[in-house]
Formats: sequence, C-alpha cells, structure tokens
Amino acid sequence: MSILKILVVDDEPGIRSGVTRILRNFRVDYPFMEEPIEFEVMEAPTGEAGITIIETNIPDILLLDNKLPGIQGIEVLEYIKKKKKDIIVVMITSYASLELAVKATSDGAYDFIPKPFTPQELKSSIENITKRVFLKKMTNKLQDAGKKIRFTFLSILSHELKAPLNAIEGYLKMTKERQLGPNLEDYDGIIDRSLDRIRGMRNLILDLLDLTRVESGKAKRNMADVDLLKVARTAIDTMRPYAIQREVDIELQGVAPLILQADEEEIEIIFNNLVSNAIKYNKEGGTVACNIHKNEGCMIIQVEDSGIGMSQNDIEKIFDDFVRIKNEDTKNISGSGLGLSIVKKLVDNYSGKIEVTSAPGQGSIFKVIIPINQPCL
Amino acid sequence: MKPENITILIVDDDQDYLFQLQAKVRQFGFNTITADGQREAERLIEKVKPDLAIVDLMMEKEDSGFILCYKIKKKYPDVPIIIATGVAAETGIAFDIHDESNRQWIKADRFLEKGIRSELLKEEIFKLLSLTTKE
Repeated sequence: MSILKILVVDDEPGIRSGVTRILRNFRVDYPFMEEPIEFEVMEAPTGEAGITIIETNIPDILLLDNKLPGIQGIEVLEYIKKKKKDIIVVMITSYASLELAVKATSDGAYDFIPKPFTPQELKSSIENITKRVFLKKMTNKLQDAGKKIRFTFLSILSHELKAPLNAIEGYLKMTKERQLGPNLEDYDGIIDRSLDRIRGMRNLILDLLDLTRVESGKAKRNMADVDLLKVARTAIDTMRPYAIQREVDIELQGVAPLILQADEEEIEIIFNNLVSNAIKYNKEGGTVACNIHKNEGCMIIQVEDSGIGMSQNDIEKIFDDFVRIKNEDTKNISGSGLGLSIVKKLVDNYSGKIEVTSAPGQGSIFKVIIPINQPCL
Repeated sequence: MKPENITILIVDDDQDYLFQLQAKVRQFGFNTITADGQREAERLIEKVKPDLAIVDLMMEKEDSGFILCYKIKKKYPDVPIIIATGVAAETGIAFDIHDESNRQWIKADRFLEKGIRSELLKEEIFKLLSLTTKE
C-alpha cells in the first residue's frame, strides 16, 4: 500500500477536519499502479506551522489557504519555490482574485480549489494530482535506471578499450628499454602478445559497430528473401581457417530451400557469432554441427558444439553486454563479451527466441527460433 | 627488512598486465606471487601471507577487487593493499580513499591508476611497507 502525504494549511478548523475526514477512506487507483494509493493528512492552522511541518516531514501535496493569520499563503508558496521543495501546491481560497491566481500560478501553484468545496471537488482534484505525482515518480525512476545502465556500459567499455592499450604500451616500453636484453628473438613473445591484443581490440570495435547498428540502425534494414543455407555456408567458410587451426570439424545440415524474410547482414551476424563461438569454446579435435530446418512455422537454426560447455548459472548471464565466462577453460580465449548480446538483440527484433542447452564439459547447443511469417517489430 | 625478503601478491585478470607488473615489481627487488583473478587469489592467501598486495579492480565482476580487498584485510589486517584501476578518469568514477565514508567500505590503502609510472609505483610500495628507497 502506497501512501501520499497531504498537508492542509488553513486557519479554519472546519476545513482542516473536513479534508481529513473526506480523504480518510479515499483511495486512488490507476491501471498502471500495482496498488491503490491512500492518503495521510497533516494539519497546520498557520503558514508558520505549515513551514515547520514541511521542514520536518515533507508532504507530497499541500492544500494551502491564502488568507492566513500570520504570513500569507502566497508567502508559503514563495518559500517552497525558494527552497526548491518538491511539493505540489493547491490553493484553497474563497478570496481568489485574478491577481492572486496569476501570482500563485507563477510561483508554482498547481491548481485552485474554491472554498467552500464539496467532497467530490476535493477528491477529483486530489485524484488528478495523485496521478501526476505517480507518473512523475515513475519517470524519474525510469530515467535513473536508464542512466545507470548507460553508465555501467560506458565504464566497462572504457575498461575493455583501455586494457589492450595499456598492455601494448607496456610491452612497447619494455622493448624500448631493452628489458629482455639485446637479443631481438627474446622479444617475440611480447610482440605476439601485442598483436593478439590489437586483434582483440579490433574485434571489440567491430562488435561495437554491430551493437550500435542493432540498437539504432533499424532504418537501414534491407528486408528480402535470405537463403539461410547460403549465409551459413559463407560464415563457415570464413571461419574455416580458424577451425583448421583449432582442429575443429564443421558440418552444415539442411535441405534447401530455407528462405527467411530478413536483413541478410543481420542473419550473417547471427551465424558468424554462433559459429565462431562454437569453434572458440571447443576442444581440440572437436566438432561443430550447424543444422537449419523448418518446424511449425518457425525457422530453426541450431549450432551444436562438442566444446567446454557451461553451467546453468553461466547460461543465464551470457546474453548480457560484456559478459564473459571466466574459468580455467576460458582464460586463454579472447572475446569482447558482446557477441551473444548482439545475437540476442537481433533475434528479439525478429520476434524470435534463443534456447541454450549445455553443461560443463558436455558441449553446448544454441537454438535460434525465428517465426517465418510473423511481421518483424 | 630488505626487498628480497618481501613478497608482493599481484592479482589481475589481464595476463599481459599481470606479466608486466610482475616484471616491474621484480625489478624493484621484491619477490612476487600472482593470481589471475579473485578466486585464485583467495586460494593463494589461504597458503601464503604476502607482505603487500596489488589488486586489480574489475576482474570476474566489476567489484571483484573490492571484495578481494575485504577478504585479504579480514585475514591479514596488517597487509597493505593497493588497488590498481583503469576506470577512473574517463567515466568520472572517483573513489577517494581519503574520504572517511569511502574508507569504511573500501578496504584498500591506496588507489592507483593503471599505467602509473614505475618510479611512482615503487615509491608507493616503499611507503606502504615503511621502507626507504635508499635502502
């Protein structure tokens, strides 16, 4: 149960107790809210007393009479504006002149309730304000969440980009200072490491470009009939030298025609990532089986490897940005940690889904399921 | 105490940085032991008590360094710890170790930028071990 605090500042006891009575059992419900909102009413007979309450127990909504014994309502309003308090103010007054209304509005009053008011008038005004407060809180919350995600992304990205630079710089300094002695051959190791890091950084940048394209470049999508077998074959051929180097055998299974309405480049990204992962996280002498088939109005792309596999816990994380599973088996494998996050986002765009079956040491099966006739988002 | 009798634990998941830092610290004359992540470091400190630790911040997780610091200090309250990080400048994350509220939860004695100059690193290590560089 959510509660909004309301402060009534009015010198007439009848008005204060009236508001308290009317709002005691009043609830505001809104389709988006999980639970109704209730109200807690605080009372103050003067502007000074009202300010004291604002200072100690800040209300969400202030019902403010203008004609008060000490300082006037409009001065309380000025105080709230000056102190930048986040309170929605409603003026309740029987002396509302145009001049006062203009002044109060420019000082941030949200609404006016004429005095005397009926319970219904008060309730409908409070209902409107409540929805406004709710939406404002939601907006703030969403913005905070968005900012936080962006911030985390940038800090990790900065770490990922700086790490290879630092490593290469370090090796260059070691070379410059001839730290390994005068023999050039002794530097082969650190030169190879430097080249590896440069390669890793280039891949990261390429993945980032893919990610940017997936997240923002939908306008440029070229939807056409895509021959999945052809795309798969190209991906496998591109990856072949790497597979040979790792002594991994790749097999493609599928009966033509396997045609999907899609953007060919996006499908290429999906295949490239799945196939390269299947080789990368494989064992020497292992196999990769890429199988494409139709099933119940869906296109199924399945990439199965005989590699190192992963735990259920790992499976839950692998589709997030920059996630890399770190353990004994993976410590010499480089990657940006973006590949599967990109694949996931692409598959989502086709209203599809990905299923992963894996266990440590038992290989992995990645199954991408994309509806054939469903319009894309 | 002389540098050759001192063992420094270096923890980093970047094998190149680990290798380079180890080379530097050895050049200063210290013994080194290394771990490539929080988990390995935790295993290592069960067996060995280092005289000082240099720990990377982002390893298995974004805050692995902090957690490792906490565990080292819990086991060996007197071992000084340096956290080496590459994230500070670009993103505006600034952990100020001199701020009392931060000191309470960050159990490190120093925060150093990765890529810091060798002489500066040497100076910090000597200071934390109460050694003089002239020794």
